[in-house]
Amino acid sequence: MRDLYEVLGVKRDASAEAIKRAYRKLAKELHPDLNPGKAGLEARFKEVTAAYGILSDADKRARYDRGEIDATGAETAERRFYRTYAGGEAGRKYQEAGAPFDDLGDVFADLFGGAGSGRRGGLRMRGGDVSYDLSVGLREAALGAKRRVTMPDGRTLDVAIPAGIDDGQTLRLAGQGRPGLGGGEPGDALVRVSVTPDPVFRRDGDNLRVTVRVTLPEAVQGARVAVPTIEGSVTLTVPKGSNTGTVLRLKGKGVKDRRTGTRGDQFVVLQVVLPEQPDAELAAFVERWGRDHPYTVKRTETQR
Amino acid sequence: MTVALAELARLVAVTESELEAWVAEGWVRPVRSGDAWEFGEIDVARARLIHEVRVDFEVGSEAVPLVLSLVDQLHAARRDVRALIEALAREPADVRERILAKACS
Repeated sequence: MRDLYEVLGVKRDASAEAIKRAYRKLAKELHPDLNPGKAGLEARFKEVTAAYGILSDADKRARYDRGEIDATGAETAERRFYRTYAGGEAGRKYQEAGAPFDDLGDVFADLFGGAGSGRRGGLRMRGGDVSYDLSVGLREAALGAKRRVTMPDGRTLDVAIPAGIDDGQTLRLAGQGRPGLGGGEPGDALVRVSVTPDPVFRRDGDNLRVTVRVTLPEAVQGARVAVPTIEGSVTLTVPKGSNTGTVLRLKGKGVKDRRTGTRGDQFVVLQVVLPEQPDAELAAFVERWGRDHPYTVKRTETQR
Repeated sequence: MTVALAELARLVAVTESELEAWVAEGWVRPVRSGDAWEFGEIDVARARLIHEVRVDFEVGSEAVPLVLSLVDQLHAARRDVRALIEALAREPADVRERILAKACS
């Protein structure tokens, strides 16, 4: 869905007058009845009219600016107020441990530390766990990495990301959560790791896939080409007569399996690329060659 | 789900530099990941609250920490009370009745 200001071609801070002018100009240009021969105008006209409908109404425009309604005028996702989160686990990051009752510590001690319970020293509680989200690149996830993160309470923490971690896995850092109460153990920090996709490598379990382009001579005659791996470039032998779709395997260049410790493989998918500029000599050769060596191909691949 | 500084600025309708000041003051506490801040849902909701406290209620910058502190203390207190009530609810009926009788006397 397009931005309403973009639809009308005005700046976000345009005055009501400027919006009206822009709308009238566009409406004249785009009105389907005044341009019966032009295709596609109807949708565009409707879009412009709808945009003006919202932006010309000061109240609706303000709500759109605040993100309360979307470009169709429909209510966007219901607003979540602070109290929705503040009372839950997430709220702890803004609340000091036990702050409102610090001065009541003695009362708690009397209550829970006295006769009967057998415990001394007041209320003893393990600190709460805290959760964080951390995103790492595919290469960091495959090879492992150290990341320094700043926690909401200002502490910095070095998080060791083990090699082979998968998207969505959670690391538990023992004792890095909320402090305990009355000498209780601190809680844990739970770091949920999301792995962002890589422009070059695609991950499939412990294996990696990379598409590598080769020239026509390289494919026909065979060649040694540089291929990226997560640890750097290696030289790969492209066999004579390789084709688009030929898959070569680099053993042990994939992602480490966190349980077995063995590494997966990297699969290299070849793609033969013709020269960018059509070459007259090549065309003439192929024409001649094609006449003498006709061959057929299966036009479609059966989808697996 | 987390959002970056620019997206938060758009959602709350304040400038990025103003948000940076709020972070520097500790009013909003994102997680720093690499060079960027990541704001969680609670941070977004809190930033909206701060914005409204400042604009709609005309609370000056000096008083914002006081408001936030009171709001946070209230939520922490509510949580602790809830924890106590839940602990109480897990006790046998006679224990519950004895405690409630004393609390209400």
